[in-house]
Amino acid sequence: MKNAFQCVVALMFFCVLPVSAEQEMDFRSELHKTRFQSLVMELRCPKCQNQNLSDSESSIAIDLREQIFQMIEQGKTDQEVVDYMVARYGTFVLYRPQHSSATFLLWYGPFILLALGLVAFIVVVVSNRKRKGQSS
Amino acid sequence: MRKFFLFFPFVAFSILSVVLYVQIGKDANYMPSALIGQTVPEFTLVSLTDDELVSNKDLPNQPYLINFWGTWCAACHVEHPYLVQLARSGVVIVGVDYKDKKSLAEQWLNKKGDPYRYVLMDELGHFGVDMGITGAPETFVVDSQGVVVYRHQGEINAQNWPVIEGYLQ
Repeated sequence: MKNAFQCVVALMFFCVLPVSAEQEMDFRSELHKTRFQSLVMELRCPKCQNQNLSDSESSIAIDLREQIFQMIEQGKTDQEVVDYMVARYGTFVLYRPQHSSATFLLWYGPFILLALGLVAFIVVVVSNRKRKGQSS
Repeated sequence: MRKFFLFFPFVAFSILSVVLYVQIGKDANYMPSALIGQTVPEFTLVSLTDDELVSNKDLPNQPYLINFWGTWCAACHVEHPYLVQLARSGVVIVGVDYKDKKSLAEQWLNKKGDPYRYVLMDELGHFGVDMGITGAPETFVVDSQGVVVYRHQGEINAQNWPVIEGYLQ
């Protein structure tokens, strides 16, 4: 019984083994590796649009990962890598959109709605209270 | 005034419905090209037929298409006869053999006909990345000023050609 339980637990661990699409890459330093990983996480694969570069197995994603790897090893900054991608594939590839007039509503819309909701809430509460005060 | 506010959820719902309805049936894979309105990026590639180096200054001085293809690409097989037909009717097409082998490409053109003014070999796919392509086939329309005006992802066929042709001037 205990054995069976251990088997099941072992199986569960097997199932959650991280499946990574990354090819073998030799980074010059840990920092480069970390930077690479965070970049491929937040850049969107242009071919399979609901995946980031890190998850995608499409041939263009493999090429772009290789390109980013090369750029990092050449000493390019994160911003330079992002600019390189945006110049070729547009702001579309950014999972974290830039702050600009086009993305203003995207970034601040929810806060504006929240503020409007709060104002409406306060107005309703205050007016209800006034009415209660008048009736009593 | 109070009554108007009661209609607010309905109005909001209606606006949302219209916005969402308009999106139905749109190609979910469509992606705008960052190259529209710009000139073709700098390149130096070897041409397939004569092994000569080709760069930007060798590009045609008239409106033309840049067509990315590869012998590994299934949709390119479907597209090829239509490109041959276009070339016969006088459309200038520059081919880019994307991530492919020279020998396979030569075989392909010998067997199926060659619609291209010349074919550039992009074996590593770097020019493809510079053009912002996501796969093959993919076609760019360059106007008489040398500016990229349109990008078409997927095969060109009789249905979508009229749209592409509209940009070719």
